[in-house]
Amino acid sequence: MIEVKDLHKAFGAVKAVDGVSFTARDGEITGLLGPNGAGKTTTLRMLYTLMKPDRGQVLVDGVDAATDALTVRRHLGVLPDARGLYKRLTARENIDYFAHLQGLPDDEVRSRREALIEALDMADIADRRTEGFSQGQRVKTAIARALVHDPRNVILDEPTNGLDVMATRALRQFMLKLKAEGRCVLFSSHIMQEVAALCDRIVVIAHGRVVADETPDALRAQTGEANLEEAFVKLIGTDEGLAA
Amino acid sequence: MNKMETHPLRRSRAFLTVFLKEVRENLRDRRTLISAFLTGPLLTPLLFTMLISFTVNRELDKAEQPLKVPVIGAQYAPNLVGALKAGGVLPQPALANPEQAVRDQQADLVLRISAGYPKAWRKGEPVQVELIYDSSQRDSGTSVDRVTKLVENYSRQQGAMRLVARGLSPALASPVMVAKRDQATAQSRAVLMFNMLPYLFVLTIFIGGMYLAIDLTAGERERQSLEPLFANPVPRWKVFLGKLAAICAFSTASLVICLVAFSVVGRFIPTDKLGMEVHLGPSFALHVLLLQLPLIVLLGALQSLVAAFAKSYREAQTYLSLLMMVPILPSIFLMVMPIKPQHWMYAVPLLGQHLGILDLVRGEGVGAIPLALCLAGTSLAALIAALVTMQLYRSERLAISG
Repeated sequence: MIEVKDLHKAFGAVKAVDGVSFTARDGEITGLLGPNGAGKTTTLRMLYTLMKPDRGQVLVDGVDAATDALTVRRHLGVLPDARGLYKRLTARENIDYFAHLQGLPDDEVRSRREALIEALDMADIADRRTEGFSQGQRVKTAIARALVHDPRNVILDEPTNGLDVMATRALRQFMLKLKAEGRCVLFSSHIMQEVAALCDRIVVIAHGRVVADETPDALRAQTGEANLEEAFVKLIGTDEGLAA
Repeated sequence: MNKMETHPLRRSRAFLTVFLKEVRENLRDRRTLISAFLTGPLLTPLLFTMLISFTVNRELDKAEQPLKVPVIGAQYAPNLVGALKAGGVLPQPALANPEQAVRDQQADLVLRISAGYPKAWRKGEPVQVELIYDSSQRDSGTSVDRVTKLVENYSRQQGAMRLVARGLSPALASPVMVAKRDQATAQSRAVLMFNMLPYLFVLTIFIGGMYLAIDLTAGERERQSLEPLFANPVPRWKVFLGKLAAICAFSTASLVICLVAFSVVGRFIPTDKLGMEVHLGPSFALHVLLLQLPLIVLLGALQSLVAAFAKSYREAQTYLSLLMMVPILPSIFLMVMPIKPQHWMYAVPLLGQHLGILDLVRGEGVGAIPLALCLAGTSLAALIAALVTMQLYRSERLAISG
């Protein structure tokens, strides 16, 4: 479970995140929806302790990120906005590197790695160097290495960015599988359809603030719009930066 | 799902994990391999040996070979010309425009004897002969010295004979004599030529680690893999130390290859022709390696610092090329101001290694106190540089590429 309480982060005079609070529960998919530049990536970066919040608190499985960042990172599987691979290493070696950094013993490295290669359907590329991988192959490898330590909480920053239809469908199936395994899945997106199709709970962010935190149905009821797209536009106040 | 807590000791392997991965990854990079193990460490010994052999052989050739000098007005001073011939000068026919010929490098130097020479000579007045040459041409130096000496010797002889003819002792005309007693041993003369050697070693270390240092910080950030790396439960200072160790491993390998190459090609340096003795054998190599070890860490940390500071791969490359100029300072400093080495100087990074290596070349060996000072001083600097870089690694903006 990920609890976020009143997060603030400013870069100079720009308030990127200005009082964000929400809770992402186990066995649910929580969507962070907002236009480009709303503060989604900055919020997530504070969750996985890459950045320190100016104010506010992050709790992952009850552990405070400010006091025990290493434990928090151990409880998180992160697909960041930056998802560079080591291009002179094969997909397997990329996964192994992160597994060793997580401190897994060798037998566990092997079993987890192979399970993920199977689950993500990437056996055919596993022993190729990642240089020249397609966007979809790169995302698969990045997800596999992020989840190799079997984390209870999974954070995905715009996971379907740049993927084609088939790869997107496969990734959505994979996220539903993670949910079914009882994990807490938190992902950000600026694509409404995606959020609507997957999420148990939607947190809408605009201008660094949470403007709604509801189930999709409740959102429709709250805004009085039967169409989710209209509901979002109404919440955010503009349709700028959103994609259907 | 969460089994992590049952293995509290797992984290300790992070340093080794990062080190091994960086080494493996960079061993697969052809550009890094070529610069760290081929061009960097082998080019300098080859160039150095060729340069020294060339210089030595040319100087020797000049001293032995007959010197061809165009002489204008040879007919006015047959005795002087005779003395020059005895000294190994081959007088050549006169040139119409000697100044132009020298400028055009058709002749190294031209001797001009004026038409007034015989008349002045008979009167016992001082006469002048002119040497026309261009000192901006390196070639002319030795020849000018040789001809000047021959003319002066002839002049002294004739002067002495005139004094004797007037019943005076020639000793009267030279109240003070300079007797040169050169205390340079064969080895210490070699030091002059080998002044660039310490810089070449530093350069090798620098080039050996440079691509890694850029790749592991600026490169990794530019390829957007630093952010996922830092999402792992490993303190950043451990990540940095693993990377630093990989940089040091490459630059050390580079230096070792360079030292082996020097001990091989060093045999072809014709130092015996100059009566010099140079020690470039295994003992020399091991001592140089020992002296350079803390410097390897210092340079690796500095390179990482600069690369982490730069915004991109390109920028890091530019900064590091500038940083490469810094190690040349002690060499220049000692050439311009040849000072007596004091003990404290050994504690200064770069300068200490420079002095130590020159001691080794000189065949004296490095004393225990200078050696300890050199190792301690540079180790301290390396520690400070590593701590500063670690601090920089903790900053938020380090991981973020865009």
